[in-house]
Order: sequence, then C-alpha cells, then structure tokens
Amino acid sequence: MRLKSRHLLGIESLTPEEIVLILDTAESFEEISRREIKKVPTLRGRTVVNLFMEPSTRTRTSFELAEKRLSADSLNFSASASSLVKGETLIDTARNIEAMAPDFIVMRHQMSGAPHFLARYCRSSIINAGDGSHEHPTQALLDAYTIRQKKKRIDGLRVAIVGDILHSRVVRSNVFLLRKLGADVVLGGPPTLMPLEIERLGVTVSHRMEEALDGADVIMMLRIQMERQGAGYFPSVREYYNLFGLTEERVRLAKDDAIIMHPGPINRGVEIESKVADGAYSVILDQVTNGVAVRMAVLYLLAGEAEDADPSEERPGR
Amino acid sequence: MRILLKNGRVVDPSRGVDETLDVLIEDGKISKLEADIPKTKSGGETTYDLAGLIVAPGFIDMHVHLREPGREDKETIESGGRAAAAGGFTSVACMANTTPVNDNQSVTDFILTQARAKSPVRVYPVGAVSKGLLGEQLSEIGELVRRGAVAISDDGAPVASGFLMRKALEYSRMFGVPVISHAEDPSLADGGVMNEGYFSTLLGLKGLHAAAEEVMVYRDIRLAEVTGGRLHIAHLSTAGSVELVRTAKARGVKVTAEATPHHFTLTEEALVGYDTNMKMKPPLRRAEDRDAILQGLKDGAIDAVASDHAPHCQEEKEVEYDTAPFGVVGLETSVSLGLDRLVATSLLSLSRFVELYSAAPARILGLKSGTLAPGCDADVTVFSAKKEIVVDPSHFRSRSRNTPFGGMKLRGAPLMTIVGGEIVHAAM
Repeated sequence: MRLKSRHLLGIESLTPEEIVLILDTAESFEEISRREIKKVPTLRGRTVVNLFMEPSTRTRTSFELAEKRLSADSLNFSASASSLVKGETLIDTARNIEAMAPDFIVMRHQMSGAPHFLARYCRSSIINAGDGSHEHPTQALLDAYTIRQKKKRIDGLRVAIVGDILHSRVVRSNVFLLRKLGADVVLGGPPTLMPLEIERLGVTVSHRMEEALDGADVIMMLRIQMERQGAGYFPSVREYYNLFGLTEERVRLAKDDAIIMHPGPINRGVEIESKVADGAYSVILDQVTNGVAVRMAVLYLLAGEAEDADPSEERPGR
Repeated sequence: MRILLKNGRVVDPSRGVDETLDVLIEDGKISKLEADIPKTKSGGETTYDLAGLIVAPGFIDMHVHLREPGREDKETIESGGRAAAAGGFTSVACMANTTPVNDNQSVTDFILTQARAKSPVRVYPVGAVSKGLLGEQLSEIGELVRRGAVAISDDGAPVASGFLMRKALEYSRMFGVPVISHAEDPSLADGGVMNEGYFSTLLGLKGLHAAAEEVMVYRDIRLAEVTGGRLHIAHLSTAGSVELVRTAKARGVKVTAEATPHHFTLTEEALVGYDTNMKMKPPLRRAEDRDAILQGLKDGAIDAVASDHAPHCQEEKEVEYDTAPFGVVGLETSVSLGLDRLVATSLLSLSRFVELYSAAPARILGLKSGTLAPGCDADVTVFSAKKEIVVDPSHFRSRSRNTPFGGMKLRGAPLMTIVGGEIVHAAM
C-alpha cells in the first residue's frame, strides 16, 4: 500500500488506513535509531531541502536526523539566511530550489496554507512541517505513534488537549488524526483561545480544567505564548496557570495510568508544573525520540515510486 | 448619427416599460421608443436586429477602483473604462483610494480629464471623506462635489472615528451627496483575512467576524438617523447587515445599500485551497449570509449591485494567502453573474435585475441616467439572458486578472454597450 498523494500537506486529507500505514512503517524504522550504526541506504541519492521560514529547532533537527539516517542529502534554508529577507517571493525561492531538482521540500512557514501554495508550483514532494495555525501533520503522527506505543491503541481513548487551541496547528492535526482513528477528544482552554465552531470537527469543548481532564487517558498540554498575555486572550500568566495549568493535583482527575504529552517547547510554571513535566507519566521526551522514526517513515513512503527503494529489502527490522 | 435598435425586449424599470419595442437614437439622445419604427428612406441610420435580446438603460457600476493615479500597473482609467464597456456598463463611479488620494479638486479634475480623453464610458469620481483617507480631518467636500464628485467615501478603509463619520454625514447634507460607508470596525477586524467561523477554524486563517461589519453598519445607520445625512452602505456581506438596513429603511432612515456579485455567488467554502483570488473585503461569508443577500436583492433591502472591482497584479496575488492584497476584479463578470444567479434562477424578474444595475445606482448617485426616457442621453446596455459563456480571464480588458470566476460557466451576457449614442462595445 502506498500513500495517495506525493505531498504530505496535512492530516485532514489522509485516510485512517494511510495514517496506520505511516505508524506501522515508523515502527520498523524505530529500531534503526537504537543501532550502533544509525543509518540505512534507503534514500541514498535523494535530495531533501529543509525550507524553514520560521524559527524551529525541534522539528528541523528531527527532520534532518531522519533524512541523514535514511542517507538522503539534505540542505537547510532558513528565512534569515535566504534571499527572502532580500524581498524575494516564496514562489521565486521555490522556483530556484526546484531548479536544483530536489526530491523533497520540507517546509515550515508562519502562514497557513503556504505549503499548499508551494505544492501548486513544485514538482517535488512537499512535506508540511507546520503552517501557521493550520496543520503540523508529522507532529500529530508522532503524537499518535507515542500514544499507540504506550496505550497499545487509539480507538476509544479519551484525549484531553488543553491550551491555546485558537493559534495551534498541533491541535488541528491532532484532532483530525485522533477522530479518524476513533479517539474521543476534549479541548480545554479559555473561550478567548477557542476557535469558533471547532465542535464541528467532532470534539467537545470545556472551559473548566477539571471537566476537561476527567477520565482522560491522554493529556496533551499546549505551549502558551507569553505575548498572548495582556493582549486580550488572558490577563496574566498567573491567572492562566490557576485556571488551566497542569498540576500534580489536577493530573489525579485523569485515569490512573494517564500519559502526559507536550509538543514542546514547554513553559514550566505557565502551562505545566515542573513535577508533572518530569514525572513518571510524562512521555514528552519519548515524543521527541519517536519524531525521528515517524519522519523517516513519511519520507520513505513518499519516496514510494523509487527504483532503489524496494520495501522488502530496504525496510529495516524485518 | 442615428442608431435604430429593432425588435429587442425593452426593459426600463424607471418608466415601468417591459415590452418589445424599437429604440431610435439620434444625436446621442434617445429619440423615441415605439413598436415598429420604420427605417428612413435615406437609410441614414445603422440598424440592429435585437430579436431575442434585452435592451436596457445603460448599466452603472457604482463601486470600482480604477487605480489611476498611482497604480497604473494594476489598472488605468482607460483600461478600466474598456473593461466596463465590455462588461456592459456605461458608467462607473471610482473610489478615492488612489495615490494621491482623491481628496482635493485637482485629483478630481485629473480623473475627469483622463476619463474624457481615454475612457469609453462615463466616469464619476467619488471623493474622500477624510484627507489622505486618514480618518482625521474632513476633505474639502464642497470643492470635490463642485468639480464633479458624486459621493464621498474612504472606501478601502472604514471611517473609524464615529465623530468624523457623524460630521461627514452632517456636512455632506449641504451638497446632496451620499456618504458611502465601508463598514468594518478595525479593532474587531483585527487583521482577519477571511470570515470567522467553521472554515477559518478548519483552515487556520485569522477570522474577520461578521460582527465587525454589523456594528459599523448599525453605527452609521444611527448616525444617518440623527443627522439626516444620506448613507450608502458599500458591499453588504452579512445577514445581520441586510436586516439592519431593512429595518432602518422601514423606520425612514435615508440609507441605501449595495451588494457585490461575489457575495451573492460564493461562500467562505471557496477558501479551501487558499486561493488568493478568493480574498477580498468584506470576506466571503456563510451560505446563510449569501442567501440573505439574495433575499435582500429581491425584497429591496439592498438597492443596487456593484462589483467593487479591485484590480491587483498577478505577482501581488501569487503569494501566501496572508500576504496577498484584498480585492477581486468584477467589471467583466458582474452582469453575467447577475443574470446567472439572479435571473436564470427565477429569483428576480428581469425588470428588478435591470433596476439593480441601472435605475437604482443612478438614483443613489443622483445621475440623470438609468433610464431610456426620450430626450435623455442614449446610454444603453443590450444583453442576452440566455447566451452561455465561460469566464476567460485571458480575454479581460482590465489590466488585472484576479477573478474568482475563471472557468465558470454562466448563463447570460452583455452584448452591446452604447454611451451617449456611441457604440463602445459590441460582441454580436
């Protein structure tokens, strides 16, 4: 089985079967990262351009590692280093990159829909590494991978996602994915940070932390950006933390074996108590580890058609 | 020069006419409308057989951006005038947000001089409410009107200050011109780029809520009510706005309103895919809003159709959605969209359709046109309500191509445009 599109622009357009395929494939790649020689020749001779128009450390390094472990040649463009600061448009930048015939463009952009725009003009496979407040598909995939690793299933789980839902691309991708795989999702946060009509995506919304966490199998906390403070979204970090901060006491409202997730970077004492972030049920660092395997799986599956990528030989761990 | 238009169905709501008549044009004026006007023996006239077609008073687009002076790369008075003629319009009213702004008589003079020299259609300048569109001081409205401005508006930007809007409505009473409101509360709009609701949530784009328009529509209606000034609301886009105008009219407030073809045709769902040619202000709204606009066009809550023709260069629109400027061209698709969505659907009578495009904007702007009364300037639009067309932006006369309607099949098309007895466009 293959993915239907040569791009990964979002979770919304994937079928449940495609999502499971990516997760299953990632499982077989996970083993590579535990080897002494953490490299396979799967994407040898392929070129990946990491086009990051917005600062990112976690996602960019995770993609870079995934590319290197698959033996792809990768190069990094970032907004500050590129001609974008000289006034070049995105489309001209993309055409210039295309002229060098890369196989993949991994793009992070601060504006929603930018990878979709790029995909209309490019022959390369576009992988969305986060666009504005829209989607962050590989984050949702690595979150799902981590949930499945810890809980052995996704169907029927109760997942609470709490924080700045309005501005979060992580939420949208997670909601699409978790709903497609049968989880119940409750979104928590103040009404000022809740986008309109999000219930139509099949989720419930709660403005009370206690209610949001009640009986949760998975708690996913979102980063609160300090600049939202005092801008009408919430009056102060202190009040936000009092209302929605994840404390040890509140964790007890969830199921006894609930896991705690965060896409990072975390703000200790803003959305999450240090003891919780570092606690026994925190899987925050597993998420980071799993990100590499998931991104390897995405690159591998999108490369699908390649003559030198025979799954039976190249697929590791079999 | 004599033109004889034979056998067309003459629809002139200004005089309650809807019947098959011949129209004789002499010396730039409507000479007579009668059944079966014979050709003269000398044959000194040009005769057109318009059987199966509709002959209407020249259409008026009361809301266009011609970009000259300042952005002649997007549009000029000449190219915009040609686009208007091809689109079936004999007159346009051009907004003041040029560079420099039309906030003083020399810019008004320039526009009119250019129009006389180069535009095939009549061009009526709209003067700015405030100097530089800054919303701080009134522009010299008296001088603008004396030089030829037919209305005042800061369109493109709202008049944020309620005080200044009140003063504009009061002051403009001396000159009998309407104040055209681009109704949008800037703090509520807050940088939004599409309608706020399910689709902005789905697409992760910043929402611009209907309430940002509605609170401004209400403010301006209330100010018109207390000042007795004449208010015209541009590009009404929400069900709430339609209802506010409807109830204000019932109370006797001097308010009129227009709606655009894109707002009566499309909904926010068109934003899926992030096409920047779907980006304009006010944004495309919900299906309920579009339906309320259709209803308003039918029951008279909305007086006129105007395109809000807003040309932009291809390179400005070929960017990320957030970066692209607001606005779409409309002069060359407006009539076909109206015929397809309002007439072919049997929502409106042909007479009501023609009124929305001619008599109503003429009345709002105080123009003598919008009628086929004998003795009037011969501004005539001939169209087919049946001809099927496919919108092809590559054939636009406009310098810009930023239309949401490329490739769309539509039923109905303008075929001939006559301005002051001169045929400025014919596609038959």
